[in-house]
Amino acid sequence: MTLDELKDKIGIGEDKVYAAMGAFDNPDDLVEAGRKIREMGYTKLDAMSPFPVHGIDDAIGVPASKLGWLVIWFSALGALTAVTLIWYVGAVDYRLVIGGKPFFDFSYTIPIAFELTVLFSAFASFLGMWAINGLPRLYHPSFNYSQAHRASDDLFILVVEANDPKFNPQQTAEHLRSVGAGDVEVVEG
Amino acid sequence: MSAVLQDPQLMEVNPPLVRTEDYHDLTEQISVIVEGDVVKTPLKYWITLAITASVTGILGLMLAYLVSTGIGVWGNNRPIGWAWDITNFVFWIGIGHAGTLISAILFLFRQKWRTSINRSAEAMTLFAVMCAGIFPLFHTGRPWRAYWLFPIPNTDLNLWQNFRSPLIWDVFAVSTYFTVSLLFWFTGLVPDLATLRDRTTNKLKQWIFGALSLGWRGSARHWSNYEKAYLILAAISTPLVLSVHSIVSFDFATSVIPGWHTTIFPPYFVAGAIFSGFACVMTLLLIARWTLNLQNLITIKHLENMNKIILVTGSVVGYAYATEFFIAWYSGNLYERFTFLNRAFGPYWWAAWSMYSCNIFIPQLYWFKKMRNNLWVMFVISITTNIGMWFERFVIIATSLTRDFLPTSWGYFHPTYVDMLTFAGTIGLFLTLFLVFARFLPMIAISEVKGVLAVQKHQFTDKEVVAHDLR
Amino acid sequence: MSLITIQTPNVTGKKYWRSLNQLADTKEFRDWVHHEFPANATEMLDGNSRRTVLKLMAASFGLAGLAACNRPVEHILPNSAGTEADNYLPGEPFHFATVMSIGGHVTGLLVETHDGRPTKIEGNPDHPHSLGAATAIQQALVLGMYDPDRSAKVLQGGKESTWPALESAVQKLSLGDGSGLRFLSGFVSSPTLDSQRTAILKKFPKAKWVEYEALSRDNELAGANMAFGQPLYVHPKWDKAKVVVSLDHDFLNLDAPTPFFTLAFSKRRRVGSEEDLDKMNRLYAVESQFSLTGANADHRLRMKGSDVQQFATDLAAALGAMPGLNVVNNGGAADKRAKFLAAVVKDLKAAGPEALVVAGPRQPASVNALVALINEKLGSACVTYTKPVIDKSNSGIDALKTLAGEMSAGQVSTLVILSGNPVYSAPADLQFPVALSKVATSIHLGAEEDETSAAATWHIPEAHLLESWGDEASSEGAASIQQPMIEPMYGGKTPIEIVNWVTTGKFTKSHDIVKSYWLAQFTGDKEQAWRKALHDGVVAASKTVDPIKVTVDTKKLATALGAASKAASTGIEVGFYPSSATWDGRYANNGWLQEAPDPISKLVWGNAAMISPKLARDQKLTDGDIISLTRGNVKMEAAVMVQPGHADDAVSISLGYGREKCGRVGKDVGSNANLIRTTDGFYFAQGFTLAATGKREILATTQERGTGDQQHDRPLAREVAIDEYKKNPKSIEEMSEVPEIHSIYSEFTYDKGNQWGMAIDLTSCTGCNACVVACVAENNTPVVGKDQVLRGREMHWIRMDRYYSGDENDPEVIEQPIPCMQCENAPCENVCPVQATSHSPEGLNDMAYNRCVGTRYCANNCPFKVRHFNFLNFHKHEPELVGLVYNPDVSVRMRGVMEKCTYCVQRIEETKIKAKRDGRREIKDGEIKTACQQTCPAEAIVFGNINDPNSRVAKLKKQERNYAMLAELGIKPRTTYLAKLRNPNPELTA
Repeated sequence: MTLDELKDKIGIGEDKVYAAMGAFDNPDDLVEAGRKIREMGYTKLDAMSPFPVHGIDDAIGVPASKLGWLVIWFSALGALTAVTLIWYVGAVDYRLVIGGKPFFDFSYTIPIAFELTVLFSAFASFLGMWAINGLPRLYHPSFNYSQAHRASDDLFILVVEANDPKFNPQQTAEHLRSVGAGDVEVVEG
Repeated sequence: MSAVLQDPQLMEVNPPLVRTEDYHDLTEQISVIVEGDVVKTPLKYWITLAITASVTGILGLMLAYLVSTGIGVWGNNRPIGWAWDITNFVFWIGIGHAGTLISAILFLFRQKWRTSINRSAEAMTLFAVMCAGIFPLFHTGRPWRAYWLFPIPNTDLNLWQNFRSPLIWDVFAVSTYFTVSLLFWFTGLVPDLATLRDRTTNKLKQWIFGALSLGWRGSARHWSNYEKAYLILAAISTPLVLSVHSIVSFDFATSVIPGWHTTIFPPYFVAGAIFSGFACVMTLLLIARWTLNLQNLITIKHLENMNKIILVTGSVVGYAYATEFFIAWYSGNLYERFTFLNRAFGPYWWAAWSMYSCNIFIPQLYWFKKMRNNLWVMFVISITTNIGMWFERFVIIATSLTRDFLPTSWGYFHPTYVDMLTFAGTIGLFLTLFLVFARFLPMIAISEVKGVLAVQKHQFTDKEVVAHDLR
Repeated sequence: MSLITIQTPNVTGKKYWRSLNQLADTKEFRDWVHHEFPANATEMLDGNSRRTVLKLMAASFGLAGLAACNRPVEHILPNSAGTEADNYLPGEPFHFATVMSIGGHVTGLLVETHDGRPTKIEGNPDHPHSLGAATAIQQALVLGMYDPDRSAKVLQGGKESTWPALESAVQKLSLGDGSGLRFLSGFVSSPTLDSQRTAILKKFPKAKWVEYEALSRDNELAGANMAFGQPLYVHPKWDKAKVVVSLDHDFLNLDAPTPFFTLAFSKRRRVGSEEDLDKMNRLYAVESQFSLTGANADHRLRMKGSDVQQFATDLAAALGAMPGLNVVNNGGAADKRAKFLAAVVKDLKAAGPEALVVAGPRQPASVNALVALINEKLGSACVTYTKPVIDKSNSGIDALKTLAGEMSAGQVSTLVILSGNPVYSAPADLQFPVALSKVATSIHLGAEEDETSAAATWHIPEAHLLESWGDEASSEGAASIQQPMIEPMYGGKTPIEIVNWVTTGKFTKSHDIVKSYWLAQFTGDKEQAWRKALHDGVVAASKTVDPIKVTVDTKKLATALGAASKAASTGIEVGFYPSSATWDGRYANNGWLQEAPDPISKLVWGNAAMISPKLARDQKLTDGDIISLTRGNVKMEAAVMVQPGHADDAVSISLGYGREKCGRVGKDVGSNANLIRTTDGFYFAQGFTLAATGKREILATTQERGTGDQQHDRPLAREVAIDEYKKNPKSIEEMSEVPEIHSIYSEFTYDKGNQWGMAIDLTSCTGCNACVVACVAENNTPVVGKDQVLRGREMHWIRMDRYYSGDENDPEVIEQPIPCMQCENAPCENVCPVQATSHSPEGLNDMAYNRCVGTRYCANNCPFKVRHFNFLNFHKHEPELVGLVYNPDVSVRMRGVMEKCTYCVQRIEETKIKAKRDGRREIKDGEIKTACQQTCPAEAIVFGNINDPNSRVAKLKKQERNYAMLAELGIKPRTTYLAKLRNPNPELTA
């Protein structure tokens, strides 16, 4: 497909609107405003902050992370890999008598089984997290917001996305101002 | 540090942890060091770096000589097959433990004071493990065959590894530990990298930081997954830390050599590792605090807390020593008894006693708050502790080997200059890496400190006035 | 080394030299040597590392040797049954019988050759003095043959010359009636050479032939002469004796350059069954230096060498052997001495015909005579006397003294020195070098360019034993043919050839001379007899002389003794001993021997002045302090070593060190005791003054001095008195508490097929180094040099552990050979990360060198420390020449890998293959012999299948005194020990 079609698919480009965004200068205000906007019936909300803001998740309705389950499965896989490897090596592929010990025994799989469990879970949580977050990505419309660069410094930004059924550029911007947001802008995709 | 000593406010009872009250101000304080254009990097930094870098060069030369000629260039002999090589390995691995532990455990226990030290502690872990890794690799007679230690199909003999051997457990433990620590450290670093990306105007830096920060934008959705991931990493790192040094201790515990063959080793080694690790973090923090003027971010309170941990772990180690001796006597085993008497009163008495004094006696000073708060005292003790812990490993590994079962194969170990320069070289490598890190990456987790700051603002909003007066 | 290539196929001696000269002259060669020498100074961590030298020494002629490796042109016969030299298969080893003589002791040998190159020397089972055993020195001879430092050129006045030049010189010789002609040889035991001598002395009536050995049997003959009025050889029948009293006779080691004595003695020292316990002999040793004989003795009395005569006299007196003799107890340690004497007397009397008293070659004629008297008085059936088959009338120091006199007086115009190195080994007071300079033409035949070759007008390279045709006859007259396996690599000549050449002017190969001599002796099918002699290694036809019945002429003896009786000794006494490594210095350039630890002191790469702990304390001396020993105008310096159990006020020092002109291995190793050895104090001399010089030398020992010398109450090398053992056979087992081990695993069971195991009997083991050197030769273990030994990196796969116990002035010594124990639950295997060491189904602890990455973890975890690591490339710059000595069945290990005893797995496999070829399933007991077992003169090492209840090893392991070292670790060693049984005299132990 062409670049335009691609842009179209993921909803970016000058012709599109990404969201209406407004900034606050402390987390408490952000949480407060977030709750208000949600009460207005907006559902597609997001926030941008220099650090995880306490209580924002319930305020704007961010679903709980699914990462935990992924990790559990991978940790099990890690342990299984270790035991299988050691069993295959010792008892199947190359049987050698070592110090009069049996070709395979669970006792000496424990350390490596543990280590691989940890290793696999670590990779699962690390890679899993980025995958779920859809990162890394080179471009995101939110960067078009004039204050976006301060989201990693001292600004707390509330985002109402354009794909929200209740979204209307002017109205939404108004609503944002009404809950105390500064520098309210409608950001194109 | 003198600046801090003169500042009476810093000695006040229960000072607020972070001595700044504004997010931006905080971003500034940390970022300027990395950016280095507002605040010029002090000359003393560059001089130090030059020195450590050249010491690292020596390490390269020594390893080249070793590989080209053979283990014979070291002092190792029969019966002392392992001497400084494995001593240094265990020493560095031990140091590597505090980093992840401080980060992980203190994070799980929601210890706020961790925030200003965890980043450098984690970095230290990585660098220490790198130094540690050098030794098991190069202590082999044929390092070019060292890949045989990994379960990768090799056409040479298509033989597998011996999974009964603690050395293979080591391979898995150490490499896992390094990988997980790296992921943990990098995960913590991403939001700060985003901060740097957003601050800089330099195209190249934007490109670099942009790539490293993986397009982080601080979205609430992302934060929620991020916090979960970080929590999980912390949760698995904690047992990992404990497992790694336990497994390292298996190298000795599972053997038959008196002085090695001891069930007490796993907890004993872990305690020792935390002990030495904290001491090393302490050394580095004090140096960084001094060279980069971080008094506001690394406060006496942080340091004192660490001193308490050093006191506790040091005493645990002392207890372990006592137990060893008791068991040796209680076992009634001829060889055990001899080994431990020989340890304290044999030809290596000096090594044993330096270890006892550095690890047990000196840290007892920390019972006194005056000592816990005195920067000079804590600097000296952090050094002696690491010396003591090096000796502990030497005493356990080398001196147990010098006199085991058959008197006819008893021996003595004389280190060669190659032994010494190799060890010195790893110290150089370690410091070099740390200095580079301290200068080019945010040494303090900006986003986390902000989180703490936010909470404080809740707690002492009234105190903000005080904060104002203070500045 | 590929720089130089020379083709010299089938060169004979002369041409060969030329090719060498060419070689040595090429520019590339010199550049290469110059480049080669400094190149590796650094990594040896010591420029003078002997090992460096050992590797480098071969640089010069290494390649040349390769090219010269040819089978002899004459027909030689392998001993290997059913094979003929001409139908040989490549790769099949061959064994050739030959014979060697040292200090008048003759031993038959078997030489293993691979594709024409000798690789290993073993004893000849058919030879009465070997029965398959060989000493350390004898086995190391093979390395000596490949020694690139061997003499390869004709020298004139020490300068390189040519064979033609020598030829013309020899032509010019005018020998006339031989008044100016003298021959100086070592101990002649070759019938052919003897016949040549007779012929020469007939042809040149005024000529003289002198025999001189630095260490000889002259006192034995002189003693007999004093006792019986005629020189006779003494033949102790060790195996017949129940009570043996040794007067300064180290017949188990230094004074027996043959396995024969140990062989016979240990027959009564091996306990196979209950009744053997009663057959066991009892050994009393009286000596100055602590010798292996003293270590194996049930009772040992230390005294200065010069006091032994008085002891012998007292012994004779106490036995009432001669009227007019009465016991003198000269104070000092009298008490102990008197007690000892009384006990010995009683024991000897009780033993009667089974009693045997022997005197050492160090002891003067008078003591040897007294001993003869004592044996006669006891009616001992354990000693016989024979007339020398080869005349010995002009042999010994006195003969040499006369010769030196004649030489100095200018009465000698032509001196032919047949091997030996008199300039180095002649007594200092003879001023031999000066005397030699007075001789117009002196021709020296020698194996190396040594002190003598430099001083003589002419030097001729001597062929090595394994390159020479010749013959030797034992003192009873049992003759063997010496056959070469290889053409002389450096074109060396044999004494037989030179003697013939010089006296007749025409050169005949020794093969023809020897063969014609023997064909004359044979009757019937001479050619067949000759072939048989070559094959068997013993000449059936050679008549062994029968013992003669002689009685002591007491009157003559009394007067002789009166003349011989010396004044009471004063000052420090110095005793001169053979070296267990270099003998009298002739093997100084042999790396295997230099690195084989002295059985008692564990000293390698050098000698030391041995002194007692008391003397050390009095003089405030410690190991390594350099002292000076002065007496009249002779003086030497040497490092001291404190030797527990050494006689006080006495110093013992081994000859054969401090060589100034020698190959690069032996040069300047240790200190030269010949400097203070004089004709009046040839074996020991009083009146020395001992002074510390303040200088120090580091002595290299393979055991940590002091602490490493004792067992620290550990039940490692166990011993028990025989009576105690009879009372409580469990006493050995009870020495260590072995808990019943319950493994958490189902343990691997070794109950099928061959299960190899070993039993080492500490009772018969004397501690000689034969097994150590055998292992080096069999398994290609490298020589590492003094510097590396000091770093504790010696590589011997089997080592001899020595422990002292008891009072440092009169300690007991126990020796314990330590090979790999081949533990069934091997600690080394568990820890190897790459499975480089694992267990074979036959119970061997295998080592895969090419899998080893060298973590050294296995060595750390080995309780016996029998694993050896190649810390450096110990074969770096290995000259091809020394490489030739290697056993092709054993791989040479590279740097960075671990190595260890394998129970000679190559021999096991070889035998299994043979068995398969013969369509056999099982291997016969004793069919496989490990190298150490094969050479052990005491048969102390027994290897075999422990799964077969009838095998010798299985039977031995059933004995009560069988124990496994450190069994309490649950490692189940396959090598077990049979505790040492001593047979002390209750009267002395009480």
